[in-house]
Amino acid sequence: MTPARKRRLVMVSALVAGVGLATTLALRAFQENMLYFYSPTEFVQNGVPEERTIRVGGLVADGSVRRAAGSMTIEFEVTDHAYTVPVTYTGVLPDLFREGQGVVARGRIGENGMFMAENIMAKHDENYMPPEVAQALHAGKMRAIERAREGFPDDAGSNGTAVSDSGYAGGY
Amino acid sequence: MAPEIGQVALVLALILALIQSVAPIWGSFTGNRMLMAVAKPAVTGQMVFAAVAFGALTWAFVHHDFSVSFVAGHSNSELPLFYRFGAVWGGHEGSLLLWILVLAIWSVLVAVFSRQMPERFVARVLGVLGVVAVGFLSFTLFTSNPFDRLIPAPADGQDLNPLLQDPALMFHPPLLYIGYVGFAVAFAFAIAALLEGRIDAAWARWTRPWTTAAWLFLTLGISLGSWWAYYELGWGGWWFWDPVENASLLPWLVGTALIHSLAVTEKRGLFKSWTLLLAISAFSLSLLGTFLVRSGILVSVHAFAADPSRGLYILAFMGIVVTIALALYAWRAPAMASDAGFKPLSRETFLLANNILLVVATLLILLGTLYPLFMDALNLGKISVGPPYFDLAFMIPMFPLMLLLGIGMHTMWRQTPGSPLWRKLRLPAIAALVIGIPMPLVFYGTAGVLTVLGSILAFWIMISALIDVLPKVGPARVTRSHIGMCIAHFGLGVMILGITFVSSYDLEVDRAGVPGQPITYAGYEFTMLGTRGVQGPNFDAIEAEVEVRRNGEYVTTLLPQKRVYRVQRDPITQTAIGGGWRRELLVSMGEPLGDGAWSLRIQYKPLVRYVWLGTIFMALGGLIAMTDRRYRLARRRETEPAVSGSSTATAGGQG
Repeated sequence: MTPARKRRLVMVSALVAGVGLATTLALRAFQENMLYFYSPTEFVQNGVPEERTIRVGGLVADGSVRRAAGSMTIEFEVTDHAYTVPVTYTGVLPDLFREGQGVVARGRIGENGMFMAENIMAKHDENYMPPEVAQALHAGKMRAIERAREGFPDDAGSNGTAVSDSGYAGGY
Repeated sequence: MAPEIGQVALVLALILALIQSVAPIWGSFTGNRMLMAVAKPAVTGQMVFAAVAFGALTWAFVHHDFSVSFVAGHSNSELPLFYRFGAVWGGHEGSLLLWILVLAIWSVLVAVFSRQMPERFVARVLGVLGVVAVGFLSFTLFTSNPFDRLIPAPADGQDLNPLLQDPALMFHPPLLYIGYVGFAVAFAFAIAALLEGRIDAAWARWTRPWTTAAWLFLTLGISLGSWWAYYELGWGGWWFWDPVENASLLPWLVGTALIHSLAVTEKRGLFKSWTLLLAISAFSLSLLGTFLVRSGILVSVHAFAADPSRGLYILAFMGIVVTIALALYAWRAPAMASDAGFKPLSRETFLLANNILLVVATLLILLGTLYPLFMDALNLGKISVGPPYFDLAFMIPMFPLMLLLGIGMHTMWRQTPGSPLWRKLRLPAIAALVIGIPMPLVFYGTAGVLTVLGSILAFWIMISALIDVLPKVGPARVTRSHIGMCIAHFGLGVMILGITFVSSYDLEVDRAGVPGQPITYAGYEFTMLGTRGVQGPNFDAIEAEVEVRRNGEYVTTLLPQKRVYRVQRDPITQTAIGGGWRRELLVSMGEPLGDGAWSLRIQYKPLVRYVWLGTIFMALGGLIAMTDRRYRLARRRETEPAVSGSSTATAGGQG
């Protein structure tokens, strides 16, 4: 091998090794940072991994928001009309957080089955609903209707009628 | 009346764009000079009609014509005049109209400043720009007509989204679009070169100032968007790795790579087909960004238009444009190989590394941005990719890039002798270590490895970029290109300094603000004195008065607000910022906790301003570089060889 070729070989190998290392590192980070989305139905029926950060989305159930006076901690339920998930969060809430509003909470499940949110996202446009939430709601609603037809009591709770379709039909 | 005029103007613009896209290209192949000469009047007419349409929509906003559906949806009789102008691009339809106008203006500028280029080449460039214009004009007319009437007309409009009622947002979309669309010019130059089947130094010299211009506007547009998100969204972050932000960063990264590879193509006749590929990619990514934003498939504050037919149209348009461009590329590019060699220690090597690293960064961000969409489309679950991935994926290529940048600026074409280079860089390297290592430790006590590394690299780039423009230290004669390059790189160093320190030492807390009780945080005492009602032109607000003291000494008073806009009724948090070059303090209001208490979010952001200051230097550098004398030289011979002479001194080279 001529010196020029040898040098070129070294350069190319270094390049390949560098890019390979970078890709490996990046893909590992990618694996660790994938956040799966769960609708309340999936959350309750299939269960969620305990050690992973996930996202849960739906509507804030009417009458479910509780806050001790002067406290920064809030508890509420997220619903898709079929099932509900209890959520707790400490901190400043987004502007559009209120009952009946679509939200996505990021966090982990706690030991008591409560979802411990570290971040709450509510969209900044009242007509706009995160697509995941819209789909989760649609699926949840279908399920609730089916169950009602089969004669089950609507165990989704009291919120079945409180949020009309028009509340989220505008934006997607 | 104005909407009808606008409507007719749009149709006429489309017809002219059709002529502009067919006649000149046809003429360029048949050698028909008459057909080629059609390009310039067609493009001028198209711009005039686009401007008339844009003016008509602006007129409708200014005069509150709520019979126009788009105006009714994005304005209100109480909306201040200033925001009525900006409301024109405050929604999907109007922003497309802005896109069309910007493209038409770019095209006219190309037509005007193309005197030194061959007639056939100009005809092809304008023809390609015409094709792009046809795509966007028909998209607007057939799926998103801004002049659609609303019958009966509502008494009042639904108002502009309150978040968009902000001075920065008035200028963010135009700047961004000027950048996005500017890459269409580089794209058109690349396609024209592929149609010619030939690319030379003159081609690169024509393309460079246009690409730099697009790049500098995109830089400012992204920066302004980041600043807006920082103070208006009230989250205090300056970059969220939001898919829409990524959509603007991707063409920027490829555009940056393109600027550097164009330098090699101009000076050394190398990287020819690679340069063409980058030019095609930069514009394709601009189109991808448009698709992502306009299709509404992204979860984002920008996702205000979610209509499947629109997404499909842009996807189809993008598919056609990219497929044809790449097919042409595959057919013609292999013939453009060049055999000029270069040594490992040469400017070419460093620019090659720059390109590889920037493309790696682009691909990693593209992966994180598109993967969730593919997963969703294939019904494999709904996921999103968290910011930590992007942070890491971006840092991996950026650290070596920054290290190499400081050296690469001082290398020469073909071959650089090692020892003079070392003598030149010895001092900047030592200075970077001496300033960079202690700085975080002295001012902030502790420092992680990444912080120290970032701090060293920031000073390394800043000092290395400045030594050439210092009198007596740098070369005796420096070109504008070279000065621009130094200033832009210096700006990058400034930005890295800001990013490093704000990411390492920012603090954020949510606390209950009780009137009269100080909250001690980040070395400051924040005391909420009370709240009061405030009235704006189209909103009512509750304003808190927060006094900030440091060790008992008065610093500033911050007035965060919770606004409710009268039409849209949504509460909007207005963060109050105590600005400064050493740190910024942010206070925003959460919700009432009872007894006059409010939840407050307090943030401490050290050196955050340097993030945006750096981008201003970068854009300024671009501006200086693109006004270099040699871009204005009279027309050169068409047969000029790709390898031009100036490849010896550092001063002659522009990285």
